[in-house]
Amino acid sequence: MNQVRTQLMLCGGTGCRANRSEAFRETLQQELERRGLAREIEIVETGCNGFCAVGPVMLVQPEGIFYQKLTPEIVPHLVEEHFLKGRPVKKLFYVEPASKETIPKMEEIPFFAHQMFWVMRNKGVIDPEKIDEYIARDGYFGAAKALREMTPEQIIEEVKISGLRGRGGAGFPTGIKWEFARKSPGGVKYVLCNADEGDPGAFMDRSVLEADPHAVLEGMIIAARAIDAHRGYIYVRTEYPLAIRRLEIAIRQAREYGLLGKDILGTGFDFDIEIYQGAGAFVCGEETALMRSIEGKRGMPRPRPPFPAVKGLWEKPTVLNNVETLANIPLIITHGGRWFASVGTEGSKGTKVFALSGDVNNIGLVEVPMGTSLRRLIFEIGGGIPRKKKFKAVQLGGPSGGCVPEQYLDIPVDYEEIAKVGAIMGSGGVIVMDHETCMVDMARFFMDFVQDESCGKCTPCREGTRRLLEILEKLCEGRGEPGDLETLEELSRIIKESSLCGLGQTGPNPVLSTLRYFREEYEAHIFEKRCPAKRCVALLKFEIDPEVCTQCGACFRACPAGAIAWKKKEPARIDKEKCIRCMTCFEKCRFDAIS
Amino acid sequence: MAGLPHPEHPDITAAMWEQIDAVIERHRGVPGSVIAVLRECQQIVGYLPVELIDAIAAGLNLPRSDVFGVASFYSLFSLKPKGRNLIKVCMGTACYVKGIKEVITRIEAHFRVAPGGTSADRRFSLEAVRCLGACGLAPVMVVNSDTYGDMKADRVIEVLEPYS
Ligand SMILES: Cc1cc2nc3c(=O)[nH]c(=O)nc-3n(C[C@H](O)[C@H](O)[C@H](O)COP(=O)(O)O)c2cc1C
Ligand code: FES
Repeated sequence: MNQVRTQLMLCGGTGCRANRSEAFRETLQQELERRGLAREIEIVETGCNGFCAVGPVMLVQPEGIFYQKLTPEIVPHLVEEHFLKGRPVKKLFYVEPASKETIPKMEEIPFFAHQMFWVMRNKGVIDPEKIDEYIARDGYFGAAKALREMTPEQIIEEVKISGLRGRGGAGFPTGIKWEFARKSPGGVKYVLCNADEGDPGAFMDRSVLEADPHAVLEGMIIAARAIDAHRGYIYVRTEYPLAIRRLEIAIRQAREYGLLGKDILGTGFDFDIEIYQGAGAFVCGEETALMRSIEGKRGMPRPRPPFPAVKGLWEKPTVLNNVETLANIPLIITHGGRWFASVGTEGSKGTKVFALSGDVNNIGLVEVPMGTSLRRLIFEIGGGIPRKKKFKAVQLGGPSGGCVPEQYLDIPVDYEEIAKVGAIMGSGGVIVMDHETCMVDMARFFMDFVQDESCGKCTPCREGTRRLLEILEKLCEGRGEPGDLETLEELSRIIKESSLCGLGQTGPNPVLSTLRYFREEYEAHIFEKRCPAKRCVALLKFEIDPEVCTQCGACFRACPAGAIAWKKKEPARIDKEKCIRCMTCFEKCRFDAIS
Repeated sequence: MAGLPHPEHPDITAAMWEQIDAVIERHRGVPGSVIAVLRECQQIVGYLPVELIDAIAAGLNLPRSDVFGVASFYSLFSLKPKGRNLIKVCMGTACYVKGIKEVITRIEAHFRVAPGGTSADRRFSLEAVRCLGACGLAPVMVVNSDTYGDMKADRVIEVLEPYS
């Protein structure tokens, strides 16, 4: 028998893979074999660890040593030092940017220390392709309890007590949704999992599926029991091949273990799950559109009521829940609703997973208790803004959400509190923006997205968002006129009130929220033909201020068009005839001398 | 439908038609399967020529307009041929904030290919896609199956040159 003494939990999430984690793994495996260590040291490929910023990352268990920024080249040294001589390699430890202190253990790194792992309880700790590892950490205990010891009413009651609200965006109480579906008459019912994750800048659901697919299956089994459904579908974006593969493996294993299929765990209850791949349409994340898409039609929403709990997929009562919502369910059933409700705020219970990205040091996936302040999320866990730049705003909730400026950073993560300042909790995309971000351009960016993804069924959304986009483009191109801002506001209001589905009803939010907090930036575009953040190319002069220029020549060396004249001890000058307005010099100039 | 003569098409070989027939055969009569059939057929041919859509409609016994409607609704499906190399630039929020716009402008100018289009010599197709889920590496570009992170405008041409 081989005796595994050490497990190397290597992250196989998308971020780390893109940073050559696979090449690292192959090299490491070969080296372990060459040194005769392969029997005692096992490499486990885990799902996303969350700390994508410093990937590829690896956790050495049971010691708890955390290695970052691994490369195939470092392998011989690492194996020699750590696994043969027992001396952990210091230069691969995490370095705290502020204090320059090296931190060897994962739980002591600030990024992890302020987090609370409920939904991500198994991330980076188990091999997501092995059901036994999930079971070893109390996996399927909740399902067994729900099926063997609880009535459907008791399950629903427990979920209601927990206060769990949908994590897909709208925040509807999950227990109440299940109760509606349970009470809907009809012999055939469905449980669906929404893994469409459309918010461009969010990757929580993908990471949960990649790291812990069984948690979602278990949540679906419990939901099925609660509403008495026998068939379920997981609707996954086709852009998520790894998540799809892991789900396929998980479903196969669950069937082999009698956890899916006929007569689950000998209780007489039947339930099975199929995967359905989306085909690239944001609106298909909306519940009624998603159901049309599974039926093989154009994914267009329809008016509600009837709600899906009454008439959903193939016109049958249906419960649709988000990935993260479902991953919470096994915990609630195992530990009880009251336990779950002990964490969080008055109206928002449990934890929330966020995908932290943009202009922030620690890009990655984080899970915090509800009630944590945005400031802690961005500055303590996220490590603040890179290159000593200044924080400007944070965008929550993607194209349906809004931005939160500096003065509101102390508000807690809570559905109602976030809504009060004009943003939404949304699915969990958190994009941090520094002072070089133009808010008019950001509004234009989101509107371009909404306009592009509008399915075209209702007029306010189809035509209205196009008009909004036209005005925003005009502003960015320096053709803004007095009255444009009023038109933006008026149109936004109409679109929000009269659109058919959530896409249009929330689509103008980024415009309204940037107008609310950064109106003077809009006004500068219109009345002074000036972009204060220097992002809108049409409003830039491409001139170098000789007073500010330090004569360093960085712009001269970087210019791809040879349009900059510079000699030592002379300020640089841009030849506007040759300039292709590519912005390279703006990026290179560290002294803000170009306008 | 099996047995029906296949229309001539320069991009679809006889071997491809065989695979296509098998795909249709496997899904015939399964409700809601048209998206899966289109996906698999696109994998075989590379895109969806009109003749192929017609064949799928006939094979699944669906109105042509339904199949065409589905194919044109979802951004996954392409009705036009693709270039030899596919460049996907991420237009997700994180990549946008970090300057993907300049990268796209540079590619457009240098290889004469607009987002959603293919260069005249069919060397590159350029697609602006939504979040690739690798925001930690933003701005992100994927060429065929190679992922490039931290992609800056002044480096992008150099990265693309080896793809011929
Ligand atoms: C345009 C639009 C896109 C949506 N996209 C998603 C999505 O990608 N993932 C998701 O879980 N919910 C999405 N939703 C919300 C769903 O309609 C639905 O409320 C949710 O999946 C219900 O699950 P929950 O109660 O567990 O949150 C979207 C809604 C709209 C209007
Ligand atoms: S925004 Fe580009 S990978 Fe997420």
